[in-house]
Amino acid sequence: MGRFALYVPLVLFAILTLFLLKGLDRDPSELPSALVGEAFPAFALPSLMDEQRLITENDLASQVTLVNVWATWCFACRIEHPMLNKLAANGVAIVGINYKDQNQPAHQWLEQRGNPYQFNIVDASGSLGFDLGVTGAPETYLVDARGIIRYRRVGVVDQRIWDEEFSALYQQLMSDVK
Amino acid sequence: MPANLMFRLLLVSLLWLMPFGLINDHAHLSASTEVVEFSDPKLRDRYYQLVEELRCPKCQNQNLADSNAPISTDMKAQIQLMLENQHSNDQIKHYLVSRYSEFILYRPEVNENTWFLWFSPLFFIILGALVVWRYAFSGRSPEQSMTTLTPEQQKQLSKLLDQQDDKL
Repeated sequence: MGRFALYVPLVLFAILTLFLLKGLDRDPSELPSALVGEAFPAFALPSLMDEQRLITENDLASQVTLVNVWATWCFACRIEHPMLNKLAANGVAIVGINYKDQNQPAHQWLEQRGNPYQFNIVDASGSLGFDLGVTGAPETYLVDARGIIRYRRVGVVDQRIWDEEFSALYQQLMSDVK
Repeated sequence: MPANLMFRLLLVSLLWLMPFGLINDHAHLSASTEVVEFSDPKLRDRYYQLVEELRCPKCQNQNLADSNAPISTDMKAQIQLMLENQHSNDQIKHYLVSRYSEFILYRPEVNENTWFLWFSPLFFIILGALVVWRYAFSGRSPEQSMTTLTPEQQKQLSKLLDQQDDKL
């Protein structure tokens, strides 16, 4: 003891400092994703373009899909939309979930801003969003060809986010398909 | 100043009471603002217990009872539905956790991520008790710490003390 005991407060302080330093980098609003690695939840909801048509989770299988949750009331979706157009132009398969929205403004939105979506799922009540753990819009999920959710992004996907978080995984999933 | 002291004592005692929920009975404050109908009053009690204990995934540090976020409204409606359909509290929590992750549990389950959170207070209390024990009982006894003077030193001491007396 003796001498060594004098250093105990210093060591404790150093440990505490390390913990707090680590805490500085963390985003407190970031949620751990419960569904990454899980199958896309089952659903049966109408299509935005053809309301007679019922879309199910099987429509997502057999290709790598970017599932984008959006709504016309969502301001950040306006910012995100050009990026989705660009990705679609580059051949990325994007499916939209029109979340807690109305069909008429949604149609207008797609006419005005372009339609990057292969099809849109109408989730007026937010039931599919609930099963996905959606907390708001926009949110984007990367779903592999077997229908497993591989990545989730809460908030806007822009070029930087795509390059840093999606691109490598997307390329890998695409090469798995071939 | 006695008034100041009284105030401080009052403040300190209030601070002590707060963690025990004696002066901050949150459940009743927030619950009274909503009207939720149940077929059985027992379900209502469980509903309030659940919405107090579950955290809004969208907001920073609010429970479902306090939150007006759309997602909280959805979750509360789902809890109500599941309660009416005879699901247990655990089933309801599991259902929500599988979608919104453990983030929403204000009382997290004990698992590999949370064991430190659960057991560190006990660990630190034991550690503290050991430290107190060590300092209080196993140090030198008072007799040991008394120094014995040689006759020479004793003489010197009395001389110094006498000088002190003279001055007074």
